[in-house]
Amino acid sequence: MAMELRDIGPPDYKKFLHPVILKNYGKWVKHENVRPGVIKHISETGDVVFTVRAGIPKFISSDGVRFLCDLADKYCDGYLRFTMRHNIEFIVVKEENVEKLIKELEDAGYPVGGTEHSLKAIINCVGYVHCNMAATDSPSIAKALYEALYDYFKKTDLPERIKIAVSGCLNMCGATNASDIAIIGMHTKPPKVIDEIVHAQCSPIDLVKICPTYAIKPKKVKKNGKMIDSVSIDEEKCMYCGNCYAVCPGLPIHDPENDGVSIWVGGKASMTKQGLMESRLLVPFIPNHPPKWEKIVEIVKKIIDVYIENAMPDERLGEMIERIGWEKFFELVDVPFTYQHIDDFVFAYRDYRKGISFRFTKHVK
Amino acid sequence: MTSILDELKKGRWPSFVKELEKTGDERIVKYYEKCLKDKKPYFGHGGIVGVTGYEAGVIGRVAVGEAAKILPEFHLFRILPPAGYFYTTDVLRKICDWVDKWGCKLLNFHGATYNLQAFGIPRDKLDPAFEELAKIGFDLGGSGPDVRTAACCMGPALCEWALIDTLDIYTTLMKEYIFDIHRPRFPYKFKIKISGCPNDCTASGARSDLAVIGIWRDDIKIDEDALKKYKDEELEMVAKRCPSGAITYKNGKFEINNDACTRCMYCINVLHDALKPGDDRGASILIGARARGRYGAFLAWVLVPFMKLEPPYKELKELIDKILDWWDEHGNPKERVGETIYRIGFGKFLKDIGIEPKPQMVYRPRSNPFWKYF
Repeated sequence: MAMELRDIGPPDYKKFLHPVILKNYGKWVKHENVRPGVIKHISETGDVVFTVRAGIPKFISSDGVRFLCDLADKYCDGYLRFTMRHNIEFIVVKEENVEKLIKELEDAGYPVGGTEHSLKAIINCVGYVHCNMAATDSPSIAKALYEALYDYFKKTDLPERIKIAVSGCLNMCGATNASDIAIIGMHTKPPKVIDEIVHAQCSPIDLVKICPTYAIKPKKVKKNGKMIDSVSIDEEKCMYCGNCYAVCPGLPIHDPENDGVSIWVGGKASMTKQGLMESRLLVPFIPNHPPKWEKIVEIVKKIIDVYIENAMPDERLGEMIERIGWEKFFELVDVPFTYQHIDDFVFAYRDYRKGISFRFTKHVK
Repeated sequence: MTSILDELKKGRWPSFVKELEKTGDERIVKYYEKCLKDKKPYFGHGGIVGVTGYEAGVIGRVAVGEAAKILPEFHLFRILPPAGYFYTTDVLRKICDWVDKWGCKLLNFHGATYNLQAFGIPRDKLDPAFEELAKIGFDLGGSGPDVRTAACCMGPALCEWALIDTLDIYTTLMKEYIFDIHRPRFPYKFKIKISGCPNDCTASGARSDLAVIGIWRDDIKIDEDALKKYKDEELEMVAKRCPSGAITYKNGKFEINNDACTRCMYCINVLHDALKPGDDRGASILIGARARGRYGAFLAWVLVPFMKLEPPYKELKELIDKILDWWDEHGNPKERVGETIYRIGFGKFLKDIGIEPKPQMVYRPRSNPFWKYF
């Protein structure tokens, strides 16, 4: 085994930059949004580069990648990149190639868009395809949402951008804690303890330490005439986070009947205006209903309708809700306000209303 | 025969199920179909799967129960991507040929960890597959309790707002910490994200233990000629909606009170032809974000209000070393650095790593009279 090939680190990015980009590195002065999905970058040297952004599926076969490479060879001198939201971006230097590239992309079923005030690509985790933790399948939820919201990706007439993220479980691999609309997979029942596996494969002390709510306690049980180490779970304290299952196969938490999703709104990850905002709970639980996910789609469409109707220009969903008030937003979206909406965890106090400057809504009879 | 997957092959958005089918590997499609039908994943814990010399970078998956017959194992390589996620078709084709030979023809650009993911490399082929990958010039990324693959925005390669060289910082840090990326030894994962400006395209404030965000200290530059091309209403709206109230627009005169400005980028984003960030550039360093944990979700908060960032980034590396050492010593298993700081106290942490308290670190001072002198 050739150990000199260990720890070489990432490849040199300069090898992968288009010569025009390399020449104008750090010299860009301006950009123009030419049309949805196309940004024109202008350098102080007068050079111009177009980026054409298209949506790609979460998983892509090597033949799919080769097709995109063919396009990049034809129109982009063989240079392309991927964005932070997992879109593909073609680097086009010749302006006449932009329309030709867009036509070929659209003909092949890759939508061009996702710039400016549009629906951004939906971030989602790998879901059932490659995860052992998933409480729900995020790739198929993302696909269902894309179908319903397809036009918003290709247009740029929303008040501000909308970022949607889908995570299969509370690990939130899909960037759900600060997204405009977030779908998160939820368990609703504590894990079952399989004493033999806990004893054979897990460390009870580590399990005690990693439980966020101190619900796990070590215990000794008698199995086949022998006392073995295991753990017990306080069902009152357990919040079904799955932290323990992540490290110990002896605590399975999957439950097809009782697993589902929750919907969160109003997060924002950029530092602009008032800064970061956390996603907040809108719908605590919807049972899993693949493959069409009609209920999720229905609520997300309603949220976007309310947003378009009520937002001021350049106002993100969370900023709009803070302005009109959460109580008003619940009324507009017309979802029930439940005990689960009122925080009772570590930071609960900061969200209780200190003051009486609220708006009356139909919630107050 | 109808299948639950038919629905996911339809529609206008490119279908990932069609891509799964295009790999020609029926096992993946059948496994996914079974999971979707039964509403649960069948992967158990992968056990120890890795390439010789590394303890990270390969995610092992072994199916259990009924699905074990369909797809017994499904391991993936997390591959460190080049900075800014720029590729040539030449190198992408090499990666495609590589995954065809060793894996199951399936890739993901990129995973939620911002690694390039290559699926389906069998356990007995991990070492030769890795060796060939290294010959193409790629290395594995992080997994488990280690320094993870960082993320960076496109930065100065394509963006006029890049205030720091995100691509160079990413590459430098990944090379510096490459040993810790491949050998987990910390309480939990440690993620670094590098954004070129406060627009924060990498969502570093929401998603990373250490956020490096480009920032400027001096005045916003105004191009008066370009400003004249904007309509009165636009300028009025920007002045009215500036969050810090630093902008006035009266009698055709547009003024920014740079002392009051909080550099939120709102005016620069809207009037992008006329306004530019200043020239005294560096980065703000934030710490502690994570999505879920013992205390719920954390967003990142300010650790260093301003740091000059120029190669070889000595000050930044020293800061990261100090944080990692402190966290290594004080952290519990599965506790991200933000939680360790929160448990022990931010003030104590600052004192331990030798950073002086500054009012920029908090919105407002404490409201309770319970403190210790240390």
